[in-house]
Amino acid sequence: MIADNPWVDALVRLGVLAIAMPLIPLVLVYLERKVIGRIQMRLGPMRVGPHGTLQTVADTIKLLTKEDLRPRSADRWTFELAPFVVVVPTLVAFVALPFTGGFFIRNLALGLFFIVAVSGLSIVGFLMAGWGSDNKYALLGGARAAAQLISYEIPLVLAVLAVAMIGGSLNLEELVNQQGRVPFIIWQPLAFLIFTTAGLAEVYRNPFDIPVAESEVVGGPFIEYSGIRWSMFQLAEYATTLLIAVLASLIFLGGWNWPLGNEAGAWLQIIWIVLKTSFFVLFFFWARASLPRLRVDQLMAFCWQVLLPFAFLQVIINGLVLVYGWPDLLLGVFSGLATIAAAYLTYRSARQAVEPYSPRYQTVRSIS
Amino acid sequence: MATELPPPVEHELETIDLNINVGPQHPATHGVFRMILTVDGELVVDADPVIGYMHRGGEKLSENCDYRQAIGYQDRTDYLAQFNTEWTYMLAVEKVGGIEVPERAEYIRVILGELNRISSHFMFAGAFGTDIGLFGTPFMYSFRERERIQDLFEEVTGERMMYNYFRPGGVAWDIPDGFKDKVRDVLKEAQQGIDDLDGLMTENEVFLARCRGLNPVSPEEAINWGFSGPMLRATGVKHDLRRAEPYSIYDRFDFDIPVGTSGDVYDRYLVRLEEMRQSARIVEQALEQIPDEGPIMAPGIKRVLRLPHGEVYARTETPRGEYGIYLISRGGEGPYRLKIRSPCFCNLSALRNMAVGNYMADAIIILGSIDIVLCEVDR
Repeated sequence: MIADNPWVDALVRLGVLAIAMPLIPLVLVYLERKVIGRIQMRLGPMRVGPHGTLQTVADTIKLLTKEDLRPRSADRWTFELAPFVVVVPTLVAFVALPFTGGFFIRNLALGLFFIVAVSGLSIVGFLMAGWGSDNKYALLGGARAAAQLISYEIPLVLAVLAVAMIGGSLNLEELVNQQGRVPFIIWQPLAFLIFTTAGLAEVYRNPFDIPVAESEVVGGPFIEYSGIRWSMFQLAEYATTLLIAVLASLIFLGGWNWPLGNEAGAWLQIIWIVLKTSFFVLFFFWARASLPRLRVDQLMAFCWQVLLPFAFLQVIINGLVLVYGWPDLLLGVFSGLATIAAAYLTYRSARQAVEPYSPRYQTVRSIS
Repeated sequence: MATELPPPVEHELETIDLNINVGPQHPATHGVFRMILTVDGELVVDADPVIGYMHRGGEKLSENCDYRQAIGYQDRTDYLAQFNTEWTYMLAVEKVGGIEVPERAEYIRVILGELNRISSHFMFAGAFGTDIGLFGTPFMYSFRERERIQDLFEEVTGERMMYNYFRPGGVAWDIPDGFKDKVRDVLKEAQQGIDDLDGLMTENEVFLARCRGLNPVSPEEAINWGFSGPMLRATGVKHDLRRAEPYSIYDRFDFDIPVGTSGDVYDRYLVRLEEMRQSARIVEQALEQIPDEGPIMAPGIKRVLRLPHGEVYARTETPRGEYGIYLISRGGEGPYRLKIRSPCFCNLSALRNMAVGNYMADAIIILGSIDIVLCEVDR
């Protein structure tokens, strides 16, 4: 408790969140540019501030002072409200997210459920932006975003559900407390894989950046936005990245609890959660720099035909093991085998034989 | 008993196809190219390529120049394979004039031309990676190698883009000292760069899912459309002008012609990747064989050439395919008529047939796989 009065306490915590949130993209954008720059053998930003650390600050100032354009034919209210509809659910989701044992806003009993439910709402904003911009690229992007959401959200929820079955709770603190000895990733590698894959789709990162595909729909729903409204979309994107990363490190990597335990000091807990979150954030950046983009129908086929059945499989495995009281070890074994099967299926399906055209006609004289 | 199918759903709302202008300013059009797509949702129903934004009338302009001045316009057609286009023009002029090129100059031309092929295919790999959604990584990998090759070209010609280095009867001046060692170094690193691109893209599951089996073209179709270069060889037709009618000194080198099996986008990519390795082989052999001393210009070539009457068609294998020049000489100081046969134009002409029926995202990478240079299409 920060203050004795619960109202004051809640307000102070919300205030911290409201101040911290806009700073997240400042750090993440800088990190992303640096990391991707290194992967691509560049230096990344180097000019503004030492090692370019102030680059994102300068960019933010530029974005804030830029003219806020709205196409004349745009649907005014839809267009102008869309960024808020995207940003607000993302920020609301952070309300229920405990960072460490003592560092959170509200620890809800149904926190996991709340986060998953709320973060899916931002799709409305994408559709509004796509429709309201009166731009064909934006419309295509918005429709793609909607198609993508209904595909990845169900495997994502099922993966979270599998964890909740093992932990027997939807309270994130409770879930973390149970991972003092072994993090859930050992018991649920399949759910972990599904969660990270669907998480990539949630944050619109490669290979799932289909709605904002630069080379196809040129930014998708954001195409007509400029200045502060555009940067709100960016804020939402990076906040979601952080949300997914923190959530994954809480429910799969043992959060602040593993491996030092709850007794470790607050600073050690923070260091651990930051380390685990950075792992996921770097994974997202790495995927962005090294994976091409899937086609929208391939994404849907992948989500419905691979991720969803395997997510159900994970839930069934958990159900069997829990109902019959089999040893926990079997959870890990079954889930691990299913993970290998899923990986193998993906590997095979990408390389399945393509019917070759047999060269029946030769134009030139026989060549060595 | 056969189950009865439910009646088709009647839509209360009418749906219409969407017209999208991809270009002339769009990240995926590789220059100034416009593709009017009619899409039904994500499926391409119709594709209408619009070209001509880069038309400068280089063919007509060449008629008002003398033979030496017209070289510059050849640099400006295929601006990624300038040596190769210059070379074609040289072949045409030398054919009309009956000019013999000294051996050392031929080797210099082969080395530069093949290096240019490597750098052009690097550009393809980078741009194609960007089309397919890779966030700039293959682009940066490619440009690292391109920079090294271009530094070499700059050292030889003094220019980074419009080289203007070949002359009728030879090359403008000799290569600098220590050039051979530098080429060897650059080649070694370029081969590393090819392997890097190979490792980044070729076996990537997403890349495979996107490219394999996409838009297969049969050899008959390819020949009917007048495809050439990697687009043709990807379909399995083993036709490479360097082998089919060896110009210059290509009969002295040992190299393979990579061909694909299905003519799909993946094969086009693989063929180009392998061609880069083969070009490196050719350059290595040329470096071994090149005479250390010797003339680089045919004797008795004047600055202002006067060629006898004649009509020739000269063609070479540029990175994009068969680049041909039809040259008519009427005894004047410059070409009476100069007509360019551009490989990209022929390859691009099949775009509508290749794109229709595919997804919009695939239409973009099919366009990318043609590897167009718009200056060459429009001349």
